[in-house]
Amino acid sequence: MRVCSELNDTHGPTAEEKTSVPNVSRVVASQKTRKRGNQFSFRRADMKLYCLSGHPTLPCNVLKFKSTTIMLDCGLDTTAALYFLPLPLVHSPRLSKLPGWVSKDGAVNLEKELKECSGRVFVDSQPEFCLPEKELLDLSTIDVILISNYHCMMALPYITEHTGFTGTVYATEPTLQIGRLLMEELVTFMERVPKAQAATCWKNKEIQRLLPGPLKDAVDVWSWRKCYSVQEVNSALSKVQLVGYSQKVELFGAVQVTPLSSGYSLGSSNWIIQSHYEKVSYVSGSSLLTTHPQPMEQSSLKNSDVLILTGLTQIPTANPDGMLGEFCSNLAMTIRAGGNVLVPCYSSGVIYDLLECLYQFMDSANLGSTPFYFISPVANSSLEFSQIFAEWLCQNKQSKVYLPEPPFPHAELIQTNKLKHYPSIHGDFSSEFRQPCVVFTGHPSLRFGDVVHFMELWGKSSLNTIIFTEPDFSYLDALAPYQPLAMKCVYCPIDTRLNFHQVSKLLKDIQPLHVVCPEPYTQPPPAQPHRSDLMLELQPPPMAYRRCSVLGLPFRRRYERIHLLPELARSLVPSEIKAGVSVATVSAVLQSKDNKHVLQPVPKPAPVPPSKKRKRVTEEPPEVLNPKPLLSGAVPLEPFLAMLHKNGITEVKVEETADGHILHLQTEDVLIQLEEDATHIICDNNEPLRTALRDLVLRFLQKL
Amino acid sequence: MCDFHVRFSVLHYEVSPLSVPLSHFHLDHCGALPYMSEMVGYDGPIYMTHPTKAICPILLEDFRKITVDKKGETNFFTSQMIKDCMKKVVPLNLHQTVQVDEELEIKAYYAGHVLGAAMFQIKVGSESVVYTGDYNMTPDRHLGAAWIDKCRPDILISESTYATTIRDSKRCRERDFLKKVHETVERGGKVLIPVFALGRAQELCILLETFWERMNLKAPIYFSTGLTEKANHYYKLFITWTNQKIRKTFVQRNMFEFKHIKAFDRSYADNPGPMVVFATPGMLHAGQSLQIFKKWAGNEKNMLIMPGYCVQGTVGHKILNGQKKLEMEGRATLDVKLQVEYMSFSAHADAIGIMQLIRMAEPRNMLLVHGEAKKMEFLKDKIEQEFSISCYMPANGETTTVVTNPSVPVDISLNLLKREMALGGPLPDAKRPRTMHGTLIMKDNSLRLVSPEQALKELGLSEHQLRFTCRVQLHDPHSDTDTLGRIYTHLKSVLKSYSIQHVPDGTVIVESIVIKVTSSAEEPNLKVILLSWSYQDEELGSFLSTLLKKGLPS
Repeated sequence: MRVCSELNDTHGPTAEEKTSVPNVSRVVASQKTRKRGNQFSFRRADMKLYCLSGHPTLPCNVLKFKSTTIMLDCGLDTTAALYFLPLPLVHSPRLSKLPGWVSKDGAVNLEKELKECSGRVFVDSQPEFCLPEKELLDLSTIDVILISNYHCMMALPYITEHTGFTGTVYATEPTLQIGRLLMEELVTFMERVPKAQAATCWKNKEIQRLLPGPLKDAVDVWSWRKCYSVQEVNSALSKVQLVGYSQKVELFGAVQVTPLSSGYSLGSSNWIIQSHYEKVSYVSGSSLLTTHPQPMEQSSLKNSDVLILTGLTQIPTANPDGMLGEFCSNLAMTIRAGGNVLVPCYSSGVIYDLLECLYQFMDSANLGSTPFYFISPVANSSLEFSQIFAEWLCQNKQSKVYLPEPPFPHAELIQTNKLKHYPSIHGDFSSEFRQPCVVFTGHPSLRFGDVVHFMELWGKSSLNTIIFTEPDFSYLDALAPYQPLAMKCVYCPIDTRLNFHQVSKLLKDIQPLHVVCPEPYTQPPPAQPHRSDLMLELQPPPMAYRRCSVLGLPFRRRYERIHLLPELARSLVPSEIKAGVSVATVSAVLQSKDNKHVLQPVPKPAPVPPSKKRKRVTEEPPEVLNPKPLLSGAVPLEPFLAMLHKNGITEVKVEETADGHILHLQTEDVLIQLEEDATHIICDNNEPLRTALRDLVLRFLQKL
Repeated sequence: MCDFHVRFSVLHYEVSPLSVPLSHFHLDHCGALPYMSEMVGYDGPIYMTHPTKAICPILLEDFRKITVDKKGETNFFTSQMIKDCMKKVVPLNLHQTVQVDEELEIKAYYAGHVLGAAMFQIKVGSESVVYTGDYNMTPDRHLGAAWIDKCRPDILISESTYATTIRDSKRCRERDFLKKVHETVERGGKVLIPVFALGRAQELCILLETFWERMNLKAPIYFSTGLTEKANHYYKLFITWTNQKIRKTFVQRNMFEFKHIKAFDRSYADNPGPMVVFATPGMLHAGQSLQIFKKWAGNEKNMLIMPGYCVQGTVGHKILNGQKKLEMEGRATLDVKLQVEYMSFSAHADAIGIMQLIRMAEPRNMLLVHGEAKKMEFLKDKIEQEFSISCYMPANGETTTVVTNPSVPVDISLNLLKREMALGGPLPDAKRPRTMHGTLIMKDNSLRLVSPEQALKELGLSEHQLRFTCRVQLHDPHSDTDTLGRIYTHLKSVLKSYSIQHVPDGTVIVESIVIKVTSSAEEPNLKVILLSWSYQDEELGSFLSTLLKKGLPS
């Protein structure tokens, strides 16, 4: 008795310890876990988002989720090209005569690199682009790149080439094909008119400081890069693996990614990135308007823990339908007056809708004979490709294919010679073109491509009109190197992506727990500070990012999927603890491979020759850390006494204590202390008896 | 028709009545659809790929016309039924996973065979079945080869039309075909090729078109009006479903815009000089192909090339069997003098192809349908030998039961898993596997595996502590403290991989086992060693008590 209490005093668990720290070994174990925990970082901020681009519509983010590193989009910010002088296709006396720039005091002379036009200074060099941030994390660690639409993949060759990237790029077929066309077009625009040297002096910090605005304020100019080559495009695109909408793609067994239709362009997708328990939605460039692509799939975005929202409309104040109307009426006005219309545009996307709209409009406006010219190295391909992606089109267009008819009416425009396409202004076009006409051509920045030629050609006449439909560039900046300009300018930006009203309704429907978005979406546009309707107002407030942000996403992963092998499952013995709840103890061997976890039965130990076995039992300590299950329940006095009796232990003296009873097995000289939550067996020199008593006690208890 | 009934029963067999995925537009695969959806009353979803959805109603209508208008069948579906039926069809894309309901999902894979043909994976939980429909494992002139990922279905249901045929290379057959056409045309003969509107016709057209171009031949090639012309449009619009080469070059040159092949007019049949005509239907049982055949059969300079199989009872079948006199309506007989060639271009996987698909998908069981029993038996043996999987070949109407052995998915608490992975190390030691302990809580429909501690907490149970105390007596002529020190040293040497602590207050702790030494003033050398451990350290406690009873090394 004395012994027992002494041990209890010093080391028996106190009331507090009983509940919180049941025994030392587990305390040690849990300390270990905590330490490892940090190592594995599986507690908070399990998921991180690295933001490599601050541009809200040309995103490039990297998500670290479980053991995977996933890049979301690869947008290329081409607005840097606006700081450069246009690349003319044929020699332009006007551009070549522009004066070089020398600082007022004459101390800085950059007349070779910088030219002045109508009070603005431009870099005379091949236009450069602003790349996603390359220093924030090691790009060679990226496992996969998910592309949401063909506008958001233009930086791909910069990321996949020369960085040690060895992963896979996932994109839909239209995204790949049209993305390829846009890249090839870009390369052709640049390589057609090579510049002898590249201007770099102006980038010197000391010199840039002295330049006039806006060149002075351009940021990160040293990270700007020239366009890639065709070889780099091919190599980058060879890493693309095609996916279809709602296709479940397993990444390393850890994460599943699925593209969903986003309704913005042919093959455009939002992405679901999920494990069995966590779900991230990546919404990028989505549209709820009925244009040509398949409508946006919304319901699968429900129940997201985190929703990353990018690619909202860039012109939240303009209604695309209204803009389309304005486009048509301005076009008609100019043509009627005998002028030409220039539409600087990308070679795929809104142009299909414009052509479809004009297809109906021109006849009704009695302008049926006006020719349309679509000039681009990829014009033909773009028009052809648009007709073969029936699966990716809205239902209206899909059902045309069932007839079978081409889904877009531009097939008919081509057939009837109303729409003609040419790879460039050189060749057939120069001999075939008639005026007045409508010309669709790129690039919308007006810095390269055939559009430069038309600006030089038509800019001097006020009869002509340029209609801006692409929202990516400020039209005033785009026009700057052509000033003074006589031609009329109309700004009809058509951006079909979600506006703030639509997005707040969408978010109300799909109810993500947290929203992550670019910083500009969390405040009204700088030009309209009072328009609080032109920002995201959410509860909880969205987490905003800017270029180079690293966000820890609020996640609490608690479970993981594991599979019990059938043999193991069959061997389990469940017992009902309370109504509808059963438990079973599982002892099994864990096998983890490729992020898949399997529990298999514990293999039976190989039989050891009997002679050796004895030796082992006595001399070798038992396996390390092979813990027994926890126990629960109580050992009731009377049934226990009856049980002892049944097993031949009859002489038992029972003594009542404050917390229970003490049983003295007199013949055997054993003490058993019975309490509600504890049983203590004190047995000195009789190991078989001790184990027998142990087993009797265990019969009353629940194992966990 | 008979084929169509066979297939109908097969459909019933492998597809749960929850949904019907249709593999391709051939009538033996979709011919019963309006019957099922409009007359039997099936009202679940029907899935097809886009090309199948586009082409299927046209063939159904054609089928209906022949059956009702020509054969006078009355209990047959109507045009309206076809339209209503097609409205229920949900189009799907390759590799798209369609969730039919909470548990059932289907996924389509490219099957080759004909435009838009698909194989389907049908999955419930971790169990799955792949149904191939008809497929083709070698790319042809216009389509690619079937492909499936290593999806390890429980059952792979494959057609086995060509169960033992290992067919000669496609190139040879093509060369043979071109040679025969060329020779006939050279000697001024006419070539009739009866085809079905879609599928083989396009393949052969591409073949002839390129040959004509290369050889600069002038003899006209026609295809009979009706479906084929329209069919070419489908091929143009669904070019993404054709093979790599055609897809790659379609902007420059659409392979389905034929320069040399023109639409046929019935008056052309009497034109003098050589020509090649593709005409429907393929078995020469009615329509234009039969009409042309009647006109040309008497001239031995002409040639008939049958590129596909013919059902018994059709003119085509009779001719292929060598019949030289045919009885026509009105008691007239027709002498068949023209040359007859049979060249199978029908795109089914042969034995090698079937084995290839098994290698790709790695099924656990194999089920063969569609084919001749004897040949299938041979293939079955071969499959069982090579892949050591069970292979079944049920007769129509027979039910096969395949027992699967799915593992049980469970949610494991991340804490438990990470702890286990950290302790066990990244790679399991095969010789000393670590046993993990957890408690599986079964509640509602969820299965969760958590640590025992967490289970107690979650279930609101309190732990029951079971402790053991054991006194070991031992003679040791040292002070109590020294004895304890000697015990510590001893245990340190024996228990190498355990945590052993010597606490200054006069205890040694091994894991959670507490060891103390006392002695009485009367007999200071008789030490009483107290050991106390909890049930969780039972094995170690028992071991220590036995060990200490043997005394300490001197």
